[in-house]
Amino acid sequence: MEKTQNNKAWFLVLPVLVLVAFSAILPLMTVVNYAFNDTFGNNEFFWAGLDWFEDQITSDRLHDALGRQILFSLIILAIEVPLGIFIALNMPKSGFWASFCLVLMALPLLIPFNVVGTIWQIFGRVDIGLLGHTLAALGIDYNYTNDPLDAWITVVIMDVWHWTSLVALLCYAGLQSIPQAYYQAAKIDQATRWSVFRYIELPKMKGVLLIAVLLRFMDSFMIYTEPFVLTGGGPGNSTTFLSIDLAKMATGQFDLGPAAAFSIMYFLVILLISWVFYTAMTNLDREENR
Amino acid sequence: MSRITLSNLAHSYLANPTSDADYALKEMDHVWQDGGAYALLGASGCGKTTLLNIISGLVRPSQGRVLFGDRDVTDAATTERNIAQVFQFPVVYDTMTVRDNLAFPLRNRGMDAAYIAKRVGQIAQMIGMEDILNRKAQGLTADAKQKISLGRGMVREDVNAILFDEPLTVIDPHMKWELRTQLKDLHREFGHTMIYVTHDQTEALTFAQKVVVMHEGRVVQMGTPEELFETPAHTFVGYFIGSPGMNLLNAEISGSEALLGGVSVPLGAAYGQTTGRTQIGIRPDYVTISDQGLPVTVKRVEDVGRHRIVRAEFQGQPLNAILPEGMTIPSDPRVAFAAGKINVYANDWRVAPPENGRGA
Repeated sequence: MEKTQNNKAWFLVLPVLVLVAFSAILPLMTVVNYAFNDTFGNNEFFWAGLDWFEDQITSDRLHDALGRQILFSLIILAIEVPLGIFIALNMPKSGFWASFCLVLMALPLLIPFNVVGTIWQIFGRVDIGLLGHTLAALGIDYNYTNDPLDAWITVVIMDVWHWTSLVALLCYAGLQSIPQAYYQAAKIDQATRWSVFRYIELPKMKGVLLIAVLLRFMDSFMIYTEPFVLTGGGPGNSTTFLSIDLAKMATGQFDLGPAAAFSIMYFLVILLISWVFYTAMTNLDREENR
Repeated sequence: MSRITLSNLAHSYLANPTSDADYALKEMDHVWQDGGAYALLGASGCGKTTLLNIISGLVRPSQGRVLFGDRDVTDAATTERNIAQVFQFPVVYDTMTVRDNLAFPLRNRGMDAAYIAKRVGQIAQMIGMEDILNRKAQGLTADAKQKISLGRGMVREDVNAILFDEPLTVIDPHMKWELRTQLKDLHREFGHTMIYVTHDQTEALTFAQKVVVMHEGRVVQMGTPEELFETPAHTFVGYFIGSPGMNLLNAEISGSEALLGGVSVPLGAAYGQTTGRTQIGIRPDYVTISDQGLPVTVKRVEDVGRHRIVRAEFQGQPLNAILPEGMTIPSDPRVAFAAGKINVYANDWRVAPPENGRGA
């Protein structure tokens, strides 16, 4: 059949384009504008070329924040993904307790980020917090405001508490889609529990797991509110992740040029790593289909 | 390998079954002899799959015992029963190669590698997949996947029984014949007890030595294909086996005669008193159309090639007859029933003639 060629159809995309322009492209252009210029107020701009970028790429402060950021993302992925799978595997499959668990699991996801930070900030306080006080009573020297390691542990546990549910719920959805016949066949074939996981559940969960890893990576890589409320990036700079550093630079010190250059690179890094993740995992899939 | 006994067995999927209708399987006692090739035949939803799953241990019966030989396995898990089962729709382990799929049950039993390689080779040859053994099972066609499932079912030599749950549903018609023949060969060679669930009578009759017919959660008859054809124990068997099924006519039984609305038909044997709704059953194959006998109205004639099926009516009740090639229907059609081929049914169950106790 001959396809109708009518380029006027492109005009139908126009409303979306306008909307996206106002909501994303124009604000982003402002950032680009700041990244390549220097300004002293009064709407006066002086061309700075790539100076801000050079400045930031060679900055130790950014290197440290990036290192902390990568370490943080890796730690929480290493905990949340296996833990989420484990929880999903052990959740009831039907009946009242299945609904109960689903609601219970969804609760942390519904809490606003700054409330999560506040909850843990109070929870961990040695003087009035249940966690901090209990630990102190047990004779454990715990203080997230003084000790960098304690601060890290608290931030990591907070993130695990807040986000493992997401991984678990996604995996649970993947598991629910496996037809009963697969489990029956595995029993007939006298498969062990590990084989059932390795050859039935994991392959069927792969799709949702890919999405879970991607979401958790992106979210953790731009984490801001919760650690900011909990530790404010401290003690010292020990929990200052990229976003917190960026906010300090932009709104605390008003270094708009460097902050804009930082933002653009930050964005590109997330885009790049996500793309690498996605390509690697879909390629793995294709190889298996060969 | 062992004899499988179902003793006093019944199953309901409800927690607190109250009436008979709540039971997917009504109470039954049944023995599957060691090494038998059985077909389990019945309409969809009659409890065939439930029965199979109880034997393999995927479902625990709500009452009764399951015995393998003398061992009570009612509470034994599927893995302990060492039983093979092939399901209606293909189940393959997607991430494994075809070879690993076939080897999987053997590896789980801890067989040595040399034996596994040899056995997988044999099975691959049987299902015709030797050339794609190293391919991933994912992305194969449905019937290739089902062949893998069949192969996995047959790969263990020491299983107690092999259960097939309508395994050829998704397979091409020409391949069906071939695979069924191979299953029979396999049975002849290894002598496994095989139970083959189907709702296709041709499949059942060609595969099995003994056919078990189920209806509404009951085993209504077990017998050779010939027994099912000649002396159906239940009107359902008469209707389900044969194409078209057995003719059933309401009748009054009086000694050695059946009274069909005033017309008398000799039964060839004297029956005692019958109770409830009585019917006589006669296969269309044993109904001859000529100008003598009971008057019928011909509604329709279907030519199926080898012979013609005459759809007629006798006193408002449908009556089918097989008309051999070359025969014509007279202008005043009448039917006669072959002597000794009439079965008598009271409330759907066959009444055995008293003196020559055939079948039943």
